[in-house]
Amino acid sequence: MKLRRVTAASAAVLALAVAATACGSDDKDDSSSSSSGGGDKKITIGIKFDQPGIGQKTPDGYTGFDVDVATYVAKQLGYDEDQIQWKEAKSADRETMLQRGDVDFIAASYSINDERAAKVDFAGPYLLAHQDVLVRADDKDIKSPEDLNSKKLCSVAGSTSAQNVKDKLAPKAQLQQYQTYSQCLTGLQSGAIDALTTDDSILAGYASQASFKGKFKLGGFKMTNENYGIGVKKGSDLKAKIDTALEKMVSDKSWDKAVEANFGPAGYENEPAPKIGNVVK
Amino acid sequence: MFDFLEGYNLWEAFWTTVQLTVLSAVGSLIWGTLLAAMRVGPVPLMRGFGTAYVNIVRNIPLTVIILFTSLGLNQTFGVELGSDVTDTTNFRLAVLGLIAYTSAFVCEALRSGINTVPVGQAEAARALGLNFTQVLTLVVLPQAFRSVVGPLANVLIALTKNTTVAAAIGVAEAALLMKEMIENEAQLVLISAVFAFGFVCLTLPTGLILGWVSKKVAVKR
Repeated sequence: MKLRRVTAASAAVLALAVAATACGSDDKDDSSSSSSGGGDKKITIGIKFDQPGIGQKTPDGYTGFDVDVATYVAKQLGYDEDQIQWKEAKSADRETMLQRGDVDFIAASYSINDERAAKVDFAGPYLLAHQDVLVRADDKDIKSPEDLNSKKLCSVAGSTSAQNVKDKLAPKAQLQQYQTYSQCLTGLQSGAIDALTTDDSILAGYASQASFKGKFKLGGFKMTNENYGIGVKKGSDLKAKIDTALEKMVSDKSWDKAVEANFGPAGYENEPAPKIGNVVK
Repeated sequence: MFDFLEGYNLWEAFWTTVQLTVLSAVGSLIWGTLLAAMRVGPVPLMRGFGTAYVNIVRNIPLTVIILFTSLGLNQTFGVELGSDVTDTTNFRLAVLGLIAYTSAFVCEALRSGINTVPVGQAEAARALGLNFTQVLTLVVLPQAFRSVVGPLANVLIALTKNTTVAAAIGVAEAALLMKEMIENEAQLVLISAVFAFGFVCLTLPTGLILGWVSKKVAVKR
């Protein structure tokens, strides 16, 4: 008898909890779906939280190139900075977040490729990046991608850059994989690792960090083409609006300012702003 | 429906998982037994060491331990564990970290087994003139092991799943392949289900077989 009462009580608690979470997610859905109207509503944008120069959460707010682009686009869509809700979009979650409607759009070093384009729509591209390497500033051995074959490379586990190295660029290189790029930097500084590889825009962001200034340099190899686009839900009418906003950002020079502010200190020679819809293979 | 599996070597990834599990299991059984011996031993210094080790190591998250073996031991202090191939070094570092962590749990399981052996057994052995090592290895531990097969099976299953943490330092086991596939294929749910199924295939038989063994060998008192 006592047992049954306990069961009933816990069932009630469970039901309450479920109901509460259901309500919670309903609220969220409301706010994000009605946000497309503008006015005093909110817009939810997915960005990276842990990539300096691209999208980083700092104690004083959010910084990075993606953040600047997203803020500009949001402004063109009719949202002020304080109406933006930032949300972390981890690489693996991006498609799901858009499909579920958790975010209105995603600007998170999101390279356009066929598998992804089948699931979501891309506005842009707004930046053409290349896979590159970051080496110690005094390194003289690594002059071309072929030199990497006898070296120790580091990248993030499972990432496209790591797979590229293994499959194509330098199959004989030893690859150390970590969870984040910051962990690679420990070894790069101590000499246990010779090069860190991923998109040059991300590398430039790390090299521009105050604590690493002057210690690392970019190889400048342009090993792949990564077209960063802004991801929206499949069939969304936001795509056309964001494209217009991005065009305006380039034409009024805000784009150049954002590049200079975020990547400038690393000596990163950026590509000119890509044309909308022009995906470089 | 499952065409996203093409081009990936699932067997190799799960084989690495199995290797990590078996090597770490053997290692932590040995080191855990030694720790348990220290904890019940007559030398205060060793008892203190055993207690401190168990209480410190089992309260550190495994991710931190594994990351320390790589970022601390390898990248900062240059420990390579006898191999200059990055993948081999990482594998050995992961096994080292898993042994260090799991042995704390093996030690505690075993110590509870030692407590199930009636104290009269040890006293009788002492009375026959056996020294501490003989009492432990000939009388107490054989009985203790027979009563902790069940708890040790639990530890082994936990260890099997804990090997996924080795992905944090880039050991090419199942969880790392899963990350890779999720990155490429945009099939989050299906891929996760496939890997979850793979782990169930590994752990379910472990549990069943060791459960049967545990009944078979238990000391009836």
